[in-house]
Amino acid sequence: MKRKDLILIAVILIAALAGFFIVRKAQSGEGARVVITVDGKTYGTYSLDENRTIEIKDDLGYNKVVIADGTADVTQADCPDKICVDHAPISRDRETIICLPHKLVVEVKGGEASEIDAKTR
Amino acid sequence: MAKKITRAALMVALAMILSYIEVLIPFNFGIPGIKLGLANLVVVTALYLFGGRMAFVISIVRIVLIAFTFGSLAAMFYSLAGGILSFLIMLLFSRIKGFSVLGVSVAGGVTHNIGQLIVAMLVVENLNIMLYAPVLMIAGLVTGLLIGIAAKLLIPRVKKSMRE
Repeated sequence: MKRKDLILIAVILIAALAGFFIVRKAQSGEGARVVITVDGKTYGTYSLDENRTIEIKDDLGYNKVVIADGTADVTQADCPDKICVDHAPISRDRETIICLPHKLVVEVKGGEASEIDAKTR
Repeated sequence: MAKKITRAALMVALAMILSYIEVLIPFNFGIPGIKLGLANLVVVTALYLFGGRMAFVISIVRIVLIAFTFGSLAAMFYSLAGGILSFLIMLLFSRIKGFSVLGVSVAGGVTHNIGQLIVAMLVVENLNIMLYAPVLMIAGLVTGLLIGIAAKLLIPRVKKSMRE
């Protein structure tokens, strides 16, 4: 084996490894997202992996969505029934928290599929 | 001329037999779509012993014949893409000084897989298939290295018997 052979093999290995990491990163970027819609319009899309607090204030009312430790939860709201606040935190694909009086939908898209609920088609 | 044709025919026959043997003995790499590519041993050897033009003809003829006997039309297009691309790269690398049979074979193994991947991408019309590229590159490296080692042992012997 000559020196240039070794260099070629090294270059291929490095390229493959680099490709591997790019793939992994691209896949993690496609992780779970939290989509918030108000009155049917998309208010914002957030990564479920980044901790943050989103306050939604408009004519319909006030809601506070907290994304922490891979889950999304509505912690505060000025709606009369507080169903959205009482709802457990969501983290799995297609799970939703809905605040009807404020026409607010918090939905998880992508990520792990839910284990308990299924739907027939 | 007759000698040339006979030699080319022998090489094609050898490549076909090697492909058949490969089907009989399942080399399991644990990943679908990866095989040793024993027929490429013939192409590499022909490239060194008979030159580029004849090696190219041998490569194309064996791909078409192998696809007609063992494979399908779709498989032929994948093989042709991989075969032509890897052949051109191997020809290029064999012309550059400083590369031995091993390097040429490795370059051929990797580009063979890349060529097939490009066709797959055009067929499926999905860029996500590129996610498979790193795996196929490593696989091409390993199989190319194995074929290169075999070719390195084979070429001097065939050369010797050709003179006799």
